[in-house]
Amino acid sequence: MTKVTMTVNGRAVSGEVEGRTLLVQFLREGLGLTGTHVGCDTSQCGACVVHVDGKAVKSCTVFALDAAGTEVRTIEGMANADGSLGPIQQAFQDNHALQCGFCTPGMVMSSAALLAENPRPTEAEVRDYLEGNICRCTGYHNIVKAVLAASGQDVSTIAAE
Amino acid sequence: MPKDHGIGASSKRREDVRFLTGRGRYTDDINLRGQTHAVFVRSQVAHGRIRSIDTAAAEAMPGVLKVFTAKDFEGKGGVPCGWQIHDRQGKPMLEPKHPILAEGKVRYVGDAIACVVAETLEEARDAAEAVEVEIEELPAVIDMKAAVAGGALVHDELGSNLCYDWGFIEDNRAPTDAAFQTAHHVTTLELVNNRLVPNAMEPRCAIGDYDFARDDYTLYTTSQNPHVIRLLMGAFVLSIPEHKLRVVAPDVGGGFGSKIFHYVEEAFVTHASKVVGRPVKWTCTRSESFMTDAHGRDHVTRIELALDREGRFLALRTETYANMGAYLSTFAPSIPTYLHGTLMAGNYKTPLIYVNVKAVFTNTVPVDAYRGAGRPEATFQLERVIDKAAREMGIDPIEIRRRNFVGADEFPYQTPVAVQYDTGNYQATMDRLVQIADIAGFEARRAESARKGLLRGLGVNCYIEACGIAPSNLVGQLGARAGLYESATVRVNATGGLVVMTGSHSHGQGHETAFPQVISEMIGIPESMVEVVHGDTSNTPMGMGTYGSRSLAVGGSAMVKATNKIIAKAKKIAAHLMEASDQDIELKDGKFTVAGTDRSVDWGSVCLAAYVPHNYPLAELEPGLEETAFYDPSNFTYPAGAYACEVEVDPETGKVTVCSFAAADDFGNVINPMIVEGQVHGGIGQGIGQAMLEAAAYDGNGQLLSGSYMDYAMPRATDVPFYKVDHSCQTPCTHNPLGVKGCGEAGAIGSPPAVVNAVIDALNRGGHKVDHIDMPVSPVRVWQAING
Amino acid sequence: MHNFEFVKPSTVAEAVRALGREDAQALAGGHTLLPTMKQRLAAPAVLVSLTGIPDLRGVRREGDALVIGAATTHAEVAKAAAKDYPALARLAGGIGDPAVRNRGTIGGSLANNDPAACWPAGALGSGATIVTDRRQIAADDFFRGLFTTALEPAEIITAVRLPIPARAGYAKFEQPASRFALTGAFVAQFPGGVRVAITGAGEDGVFRWAEAERALAANFAASALDGLGVSPDGLVGDLHGTPQYRANLVRVMTGRAVGAA
Repeated sequence: MTKVTMTVNGRAVSGEVEGRTLLVQFLREGLGLTGTHVGCDTSQCGACVVHVDGKAVKSCTVFALDAAGTEVRTIEGMANADGSLGPIQQAFQDNHALQCGFCTPGMVMSSAALLAENPRPTEAEVRDYLEGNICRCTGYHNIVKAVLAASGQDVSTIAAE
Repeated sequence: MPKDHGIGASSKRREDVRFLTGRGRYTDDINLRGQTHAVFVRSQVAHGRIRSIDTAAAEAMPGVLKVFTAKDFEGKGGVPCGWQIHDRQGKPMLEPKHPILAEGKVRYVGDAIACVVAETLEEARDAAEAVEVEIEELPAVIDMKAAVAGGALVHDELGSNLCYDWGFIEDNRAPTDAAFQTAHHVTTLELVNNRLVPNAMEPRCAIGDYDFARDDYTLYTTSQNPHVIRLLMGAFVLSIPEHKLRVVAPDVGGGFGSKIFHYVEEAFVTHASKVVGRPVKWTCTRSESFMTDAHGRDHVTRIELALDREGRFLALRTETYANMGAYLSTFAPSIPTYLHGTLMAGNYKTPLIYVNVKAVFTNTVPVDAYRGAGRPEATFQLERVIDKAAREMGIDPIEIRRRNFVGADEFPYQTPVAVQYDTGNYQATMDRLVQIADIAGFEARRAESARKGLLRGLGVNCYIEACGIAPSNLVGQLGARAGLYESATVRVNATGGLVVMTGSHSHGQGHETAFPQVISEMIGIPESMVEVVHGDTSNTPMGMGTYGSRSLAVGGSAMVKATNKIIAKAKKIAAHLMEASDQDIELKDGKFTVAGTDRSVDWGSVCLAAYVPHNYPLAELEPGLEETAFYDPSNFTYPAGAYACEVEVDPETGKVTVCSFAAADDFGNVINPMIVEGQVHGGIGQGIGQAMLEAAAYDGNGQLLSGSYMDYAMPRATDVPFYKVDHSCQTPCTHNPLGVKGCGEAGAIGSPPAVVNAVIDALNRGGHKVDHIDMPVSPVRVWQAING
Repeated sequence: MHNFEFVKPSTVAEAVRALGREDAQALAGGHTLLPTMKQRLAAPAVLVSLTGIPDLRGVRREGDALVIGAATTHAEVAKAAAKDYPALARLAGGIGDPAVRNRGTIGGSLANNDPAACWPAGALGSGATIVTDRRQIAADDFFRGLFTTALEPAEIITAVRLPIPARAGYAKFEQPASRFALTGAFVAQFPGGVRVAITGAGEDGVFRWAEAERALAANFAASALDGLGVSPDGLVGDLHGTPQYRANLVRVMTGRAVGAA
């Protein structure tokens, strides 16, 4: 076992891990941050997306030791300081962008990374950016709508007749 | 103005707050004190005889508590099948034992042979690798038609791979055949309804926890129906009475049918926790879920439609081979029979229908219900053969459907396949579709696509489904081994808040939001005064869970019944408080009023009186305000709709792009339009996935070629457009108190034929005479069709 | 996965030393290696992370070439190469998905030589030079078949030098599940000729399509490919496409790459 230290959601944390311990395992089991999910074992579904030093990464495909010294942000760190939903989270609720909730943390983290890079994306840019996040419930309609809404765009006419 | 609360309001989902902040509690998020970890040793061959299993090396490895094999389950049952079909001669289906761990033979890649329980997950994985299994490989039974023609047997003791040969309705057979003899036109189509892997994003997980002090068991599991698991596992597998077994299905990350069934892993962890004296947790990897979650669909069908000169349907007959996989999953036999044959009339007045289904055992993962379950298979073949008939006869595909619709004035309509539709208006639904899909503008869009060198096509189809499967006494006669009612307990607290304990289960459907809307409307109190409890057998009444779009139609009806009992009792209390007759009490906006007077008492005061019965008719009325109701529907509900899809085909690569998708549905009354639309979106997404992308493909040796997301193509955001959905055509269900029909599966049922019809339309408009392409209509298949 | 010792050196020399240990394996972005290790198909005893070596990162222009540090991520290349070599930037920006591009590296991809990866097409099509800790290898000599390269044990790619062509384009037809290239074509026009590299299609991995190179050298237009075609022999056939289908895609995607150039 090796000691690993990093900053998670603004808090310095450390723990003992094996070489093979994945970042997602450290977050879920070591820190009890179970909001980050594991939906596949081939680095494709995106349920485990977190930010490492501001960039969206799949935490199932990063060893905890490789993330030593980094700043990690997870879904648990996305709410406003007073505990209310952050703007992307709120847009997801307002637009019914989640059903079972399992892919949702990864979707929110990827969406946040997108909006940080591109504050006013087009529909195509949103869809393209979410290529690595699989949702089985929503057919993506309301997710894409929510991200556009979170970017401040008018979504009232989407798919209207 | 849209309503802001109660029935018809798009209330925001309260459950979202926990999911959006990472505070959901899924099964794998639960870690019990002293928990151990289970890892299964699974067969890597599709069919073989187990010569030996040597666990010694594995048992000696660090952290290993025990390695289980079949001998550790001697005297225990197999996981049972919940539906018994009788064949054309009245004989019961062949029904093999499905042991917890393989006994003597392995029958599919993924079949569980042994299981290691160790201190940590990695130790269990390390040890699982050290279990030595010697297997004599046998020829794999993969192709269904070959399987029934002779050769290797999946189950030697059954003597055949044919589970049953079912005819529906047998009396229709001769007159149907006769009608084909004299018909003006007959259209025939052979097609495959592709095998799918459900792929709920949360992989399955189960934790067994035996408590020595209390001598009872708790199973935490990713289930759509914890009571059913408790009954099946307790009564048939492990012989644990219900009062000693609690099943908890906490937040569940999607199911789509795949989490209805009782799986061997659930029974394993429950039993193993007693043997090792510690909680035992098993979490499925995605790779493992591809080879252990029950798959869906997998039908091979020949369908024939007889028509008269005007394109009116005279008769329909089908022959389907339905894959059961290696064992009978919980509801597998019912899917290609009573959930499929009964829907073959579709939205049309076809007077004669005969359906033949041969269910076949193969060395593949068991197949069972997946979103729609039988109804997508029925809809796909029917709507494809109609489309082909329209093309052959030169009739517009919308017109041919309109000519054959059951008329709005013809309900209730008795079909030739047993079911009676209570209500509907198919012309009106089609009218809505024509409008929202802008069918009139298609030609201009086609010309625009042509300028880009792309072939544009329009596909239209209808669907009907049967939801809220019922009534129990009828389905019992048809072979169901369970009741199909639903239950609710409504508990009013002393200060007026309510808790609804429902036997149905939410794994994304939003019950925690929608159910309170109904009660809010009935009593006239804010939705926030109502809380929903579900998913735990210890605090909900016996219920059948959530599948088949039944939660609101059946579970919601039980809740309405229980709430009506509450209101009736509350009126008596109110009458006592106001010294009036309960017949004269009216409840509106949370206030009880003596009719025709200004005397009133509010909801909270009545509730308080029920629990602090100082001024209370104790001689006539018990204190308290809590009621339970069970609701057993008198009929199915019949949502119906019309769907349209437009595609562009790139003739150079065969790539199909879905440009637009429109769905006009009739769900009867709608409680929460936002949630209903979300359900339709999701169903369409899955239907487009089936039509264009997804295929669980086996090679001849029974190896799953698409066993991960590297080869099983899941729909992504880039594969789908925004959808246009409309549910304004509403013919309320005539036999449940809410007039609701169910919306969970519609999208997945209605969308695959629209996509395929559109692709075939595009190719034919482009001058390529193509009758059919099997799903998924992948680029290579489309390219091959174009290039002969 | 099997356990291992994790080391994260900060210099190339340290990394080479660590890779000299028994059953040592280099780790870059990990998006191929980790899934393989999860399936227990790879079980190194020592895993040497290359992501902590500053010398291996960055994109810089050197004369008529772009030099990319081996541990530079796809996302970094997509951004940094946009002005000097836009076709390469587009190739990098189309790999996997954003989270994959934030971890996956050019060096890792080249060393892995997945037959459906994009980077081998970009490197071979550019006539790149693969720079390692001990030598320089021409792309034409580097790719040696499925998951096989000219790299020796413990040899580390440090950078890739890509000559910048006059015009270049990349067209990828995605495999619908993995989103790797079912077939991808990288076309680059240099003063001395045209290079066409095909990925995803060949049973031996990336290859050059000489016939198309000659035709495009004479006339750099998609129409120059009319009547040309590769033989399906030696092309991949699987769930997602027959060899004949891939042969068609080779021609179509090459034409589209020319169109995009």
